[in-house]
Amino acid sequence: MIVPLRDAVSELVRDGDVVALEGFTHLIPSAAGHELVRQGRKDLTLIRMTPDVIYDQLIGMGCARKLVFSWGGNPGVGSLHRLRDAVENGWPRPLELEEHSHAGMAAAYAAGAANLPFGVLRGYRGGDLPSRTRVGVVVCPFTGEALAAVPAHRPDVGIVHAQQADRHGNVQLWGIAGVQKETVLASKRSIVTVEEIVDELEPRPNGVVLPSWTISAVAHVRGGAHPSYAAGYYDRDNEFYVAWDPVSRDRGTFLAWMKRHVLDTADVEEYRASLAEEATAA
Amino acid sequence: MTTNGDRPYTADEMMAVEAARRLDDTTVCFVGIGLPSLAANLARRTHAPGCTLIYESGTIGAKPVRLPLSIGDGELAETADAVVSVPEMFAYWLQGRRIDVGFLGAAQIDRYGNLNSTVIGDYEHPTVRLPGGGGAPEIALGVDDVFVMLRQSPRTFVEQLDFTTSLGDNVRVVVTDLGILEPRHGELTLVAVHPGSTVEQARAATGWDLQVADEMRETVPPTDEELAALRALETKGRS
Repeated sequence: MIVPLRDAVSELVRDGDVVALEGFTHLIPSAAGHELVRQGRKDLTLIRMTPDVIYDQLIGMGCARKLVFSWGGNPGVGSLHRLRDAVENGWPRPLELEEHSHAGMAAAYAAGAANLPFGVLRGYRGGDLPSRTRVGVVVCPFTGEALAAVPAHRPDVGIVHAQQADRHGNVQLWGIAGVQKETVLASKRSIVTVEEIVDELEPRPNGVVLPSWTISAVAHVRGGAHPSYAAGYYDRDNEFYVAWDPVSRDRGTFLAWMKRHVLDTADVEEYRASLAEEATAA
Repeated sequence: MTTNGDRPYTADEMMAVEAARRLDDTTVCFVGIGLPSLAANLARRTHAPGCTLIYESGTIGAKPVRLPLSIGDGELAETADAVVSVPEMFAYWLQGRRIDVGFLGAAQIDRYGNLNSTVIGDYEHPTVRLPGGGGAPEIALGVDDVFVMLRQSPRTFVEQLDFTTSLGDNVRVVVTDLGILEPRHGELTLVAVHPGSTVEQARAATGWDLQVADEMRETVPPTDEELAALRALETKGRS
């Protein structure tokens, strides 16, 4: 149940899988994303409401064939340059897009968790988005109202980060909870990385508990959400997001950064040490 | 840089102040990062302490002291009245029509208030791939009043959008760096200019033949109190 991250990724994620790494600004499973890069996963269909730095890295390293998303940017900073390069120039490989709204993505996850074929919402009305994505219309049998239907997300693998697990692999996360519960419950297999393993989970305000039997593997990855944050453990590394902009603008600079901090590091501890070493040298 | 008496202020500050003045003590508003967040927090710090700020990360009634860089900063959750999941936010709160005002920005706007935040150029082969709609398509139709904050230029205020991400049906005001546009007779019309700006500048910065209201007015420059509250927020945001 509680296994090294490397083993969880190698056993549960295959080339060509549909993979969702979720975390809405908070608790983004970056270390697990880095492990996908290290293990050279490819042809993935990546789902995520808000692709940010970790998806920019996965896309720039050529891991993804398709992206299903609703907002792809560097929050508060600007563009994701690797995402843009893939869409605008096909580098390092063309990237197919399936684009939704936040409300549609949330409904699609909730439908997946509920074992329904589609999510229903009052959305996708007018504009050009409906003609560019997978959305249909269902008519309410009671009122006759036409509503939008979005196909349920049913990822092969759902990956999230949480604050704690107990020794049996029961997980608790708290603070901004995003769509993590829905992601785990909608996925065929799931990996949860956690900041800390504790003897017993204490109930928290707004705590989301995922019993061990809903999860395929738990890995203890302290600092696994960096540069995102883990409430109660560490703050968001806002400077990192700002610094990512110039690193990611240039293909060569990006590749050198990924080699130094991800490919040439074995795990999150070495990744952190490598960032610290660079900061000291600067 | 313009001045109120001897106090200089920036175009961004003028925009934040004009948007903030449109929120009152009972407004429930959906806030994005950047100028909208600045405006809503300014309202809360000045004339509208009861204004409820909702960020799409699920924080309802957030009261940040520092301006957040992202919509999911920890401080938003720590100071919120309630924190809900993202599916709940969009289903129960936005679709449930519990939110009065939604702020939107975009890369392009047309005379009807339709917005593009998806692509510049052709969708399949874009010149610039923008971040995408995010919450905008449902916010635009799920709140009573949409406030748009956008710097005015012919590249942004266009005759024809490259892509329609969200509809302008509920756009009540567009606050720009030059003035204020409101819908009149079915299209966005210049109703005010900021001190130091002119109607001609606003028309030149618009890619369509911008109509001008008969009763043109000049906006009131930021007061000392507004500027002090704004700068306290901005200074703390940089620390």
